Amino acid sequence: MAEANAIAKGKKENKSNSQLMGVWIRLKKNRLAIFGLVILILLILMAIFADILAPYGYDEQNLQNTFQTPNLEHPFGTDEFGRDILSRIIYGSRISLQVGIIAVGIAVIIGGFLGAVAGYFSGKVDNIIMRCMDVLLSIPQMLLAISIVAALGNSLANLMIAVGVSSIPQYARIVRASVISIKNQEFVESAKATGSNDLRIIFKHVIPNCLAPVIVQATLGIGLAILTAAGLSFIGLGIKPPTPEWGAMLSGGRMYIRDYPHLTLFPGIAIVVTIFAFNVLGDGLRDALDPKLKQ
Amino acid sequence: MERVLIDVRDLKKYFNTKQGTLHAVDGLNFQVLKGETLGLVGESGCGKSTTGRAILRLHEPTSGEVIYDGEDILKYNNKKMKEMRRKMQIVFQDPYSSLNPRLSVFELIADPLYVNKGVVPKNQIEEKVKYTMELVGLEKRLINSYPHELDGGRRQRVGIARALVLNPEFIVLDEPVSALDVSIQSQILNLLDELQEKLSLTYIFVAHDLSVVKHISDRIAVMYLGNIVELTDYKKIFEDPLHPYTQALLSAIPIPKVGIKRERIMLEGDVPSPINPGPGCVFYGRCRNRKDMCKEVKPEFEEKKPGHFVACHIV
Amino acid sequence: MGNLLEIKNLSIEYVTDERTNKAVNNLNLKIREGETLGFVGETGAGKTTTALGIMRLVPSPPGRIVSGEIIFEGENLLEKTEKEMREIRGNKISMIFQDPMTSLNPIMTVGEQIEEVIKLHEDLPKDELRKRAEAMLETVGIRKERFDDYPHEFSGGMKQRVVIAMGLACNPKLIIADEPTTALDVTIQAQVLELMKELKVKFNTSMLLITHDLGVVAETCDYVAIMYAGSVLEYGNVERIYNNPLHPYTVGLFNSIPSLDEDKDKLDVIPGTPPDPANLPTGCKFHPRCSKCMEICKQKMPEPIEVEEGHYVSCFLYDKDVKEGR
Repeated sequence: MAEANAIAKGKKENKSNSQLMGVWIRLKKNRLAIFGLVILILLILMAIFADILAPYGYDEQNLQNTFQTPNLEHPFGTDEFGRDILSRIIYGSRISLQVGIIAVGIAVIIGGFLGAVAGYFSGKVDNIIMRCMDVLLSIPQMLLAISIVAALGNSLANLMIAVGVSSIPQYARIVRASVISIKNQEFVESAKATGSNDLRIIFKHVIPNCLAPVIVQATLGIGLAILTAAGLSFIGLGIKPPTPEWGAMLSGGRMYIRDYPHLTLFPGIAIVVTIFAFNVLGDGLRDALDPKLKQ
Repeated sequence: MERVLIDVRDLKKYFNTKQGTLHAVDGLNFQVLKGETLGLVGESGCGKSTTGRAILRLHEPTSGEVIYDGEDILKYNNKKMKEMRRKMQIVFQDPYSSLNPRLSVFELIADPLYVNKGVVPKNQIEEKVKYTMELVGLEKRLINSYPHELDGGRRQRVGIARALVLNPEFIVLDEPVSALDVSIQSQILNLLDELQEKLSLTYIFVAHDLSVVKHISDRIAVMYLGNIVELTDYKKIFEDPLHPYTQALLSAIPIPKVGIKRERIMLEGDVPSPINPGPGCVFYGRCRNRKDMCKEVKPEFEEKKPGHFVACHIV
Repeated sequence: MGNLLEIKNLSIEYVTDERTNKAVNNLNLKIREGETLGFVGETGAGKTTTALGIMRLVPSPPGRIVSGEIIFEGENLLEKTEKEMREIRGNKISMIFQDPMTSLNPIMTVGEQIEEVIKLHEDLPKDELRKRAEAMLETVGIRKERFDDYPHEFSGGMKQRVVIAMGLACNPKLIIADEPTTALDVTIQAQVLELMKELKVKFNTSMLLITHDLGVVAETCDYVAIMYAGSVLEYGNVERIYNNPLHPYTVGLFNSIPSLDEDKDKLDVIPGTPPDPANLPTGCKFHPRCSKCMEICKQKMPEPIEVEEGHYVSCFLYDKDVKEGR
């Protein structure tokens, strides 16, 4: 037992300086995860260079060209207003990524901070914070998001806030669990012994060591956030037309699904592919970070 | 006549648990002399680690006094205590969990200097870190390495460097070599010895291994269930152990020599729980010399022979 | 009286994409019936891997038995099928692990756990099974009324006794004990060691006792093998080795332990650190730390030499050919 540890210890001693290098090496071996990563990079590039890549504007209507099936001029066909679906999908990636990243960003920062405070200080503070989280968790995420958008009004920003806030409890829980296990480690005691105050300990010593599970959850969470946003736009909340959000496109094409399935097919595929990519990357990151978690 | 650096009076640390009050440290009275190494020995649950931490206020004591250089530090407010911490440091047992895995050797040793501005001016911090590394025998090339790249012995040296960098007077060494291989142990013990001489340090050395404690200590205190049962200089404790527990402890140690016939004093049963202990002597349940009064009355910790303190009715 | 267990030229590696750890290198060992062999070495020396190798429990991947033979009762264990090995484990060869906290199943009573070992190898009616298990508990000094108690109701020392009871339940020929008392307090360790000595006499079991504590070896073992970086550097009868250690590593080990009866100012130190099993030195694995290192030590691996009867050293200092200038 001690020997296996020594051997494992020996294994680590020859790694290059940064632990990040080790994570990257392990991640590289997971072909599926790298596949997901590639898709995401393409998605990001697509979002950034949408103006160059999209053959048409996302709201360019051409009422004489409605409901065209995929052809050379419109590889994904056109919708009920004659707009090019391919271009709308491309511009849609901007929205989806924005929503995903910002919503998760809100959740990680607020949820993470609350979880860290709850975990570190324990007692009453912990109780109060976590009971609030429980209240949030008791409401189904979708319903919570719906009520927030309904209250704040339809807009992209409110969509992001709604999805973000409804995700806060998850991150609070994860960070809290990490913090509890770390704060009892001797290096935290050591920081106290050399005079660090609580705030410094939380930010410099505890939080950096909690990142691994948060990174995994956040990666998976972005996919989920995109899905939630798509769901909200599907029922007409959050997005105002003609914004090319994939969920809204799904909703808009619903009525024509029997005659013109391509209106829903392509945004559907876009959603599936994006979620898939985030999921396999998230899983891969979890595996790559795991041995470090044990150490 | 040596100066008393720390005077511990009736130190208690209790923890509240579901089953009752855990008497981790139950009324300790002892002194630490300037420049000495006081060994604190005992088995698991005796309270030796808690004692070390309570003196440093890493665990807040439940009651009692810790008089450092004439002043009771338990009464200090946060600000004064932070200043005080520069003088009293700790080295931990586990070199794997006592270093933040995200910080490099440089950052680990420099951290106390950033927190305690004024000990070393900012532009001299790097110098101080390098100097301290040399002091503890760490190769300069390791300055940007991370803990996971170092073996146990080197990690422990980093831990020691962290403790030294604020120029302390007093260090609690909490089982600093227990987690190390035998061949590395001796290196670290020699280092601690050297440093004590060079830097005029006072140590409390907590350990469960009596032979290690004997080697490095001037005086040794034996603890059992939150109490010191015997305290005397390192030679006498082995030549003339007075308390029945000390005697049993010494006889239980396997000696790396063949052909020695020893009378083994076997203690029966297990170490009892420190939760809600009874009124009398803590060792009553396993003592082969016990009398009736031992069950009811807790013995005083007294100087039975010159420089030799024992807590026992029979002696 | 032949050897109960004989290991010849055993080599075991752990192979991963990044590195290959040579945990055991050309190990030679023997244990006779009724004998207790102490297996001493520091972390990473390969002791646990050897024990797992004997039991054929080396996790594979990444472990791999590269070469060698493990002859038990005349048969090579490395050639046996998994089914045959299962009949041997717990029955003819038992293993006791270091940490009693994790070697007992927390949701089974201690009695059931002892019964399970017996059930696997013998067909007994239910009441006889229980009687046997109760008898084992009594043998290790636990009242049989505690049969239905769960592991968490026992202290560390008691748990270790239960583990020993499980190890002895089928009266094995050989017990491999991997640091059985390291996690225990000194006074409890004394109790458990006494128990092991009594049982050794009562059952006449052979034991391979893995430890880093030279005191424990002196108390309980007949023979001792000093291990370093996967090979045995010195082997012999405990008395001989303790009174006359020959290999520089063994001498260094003895000198670096603080002793209870001597007063030493400074401890003698073995400089440097144990080698990385993936990057072992050439020649004698100890040569980088050896004060008596010669040229030949860097190039060739010394073979065991019988210096006095039953006392073997793997060191060129004792090689007559080398001394005479070859």
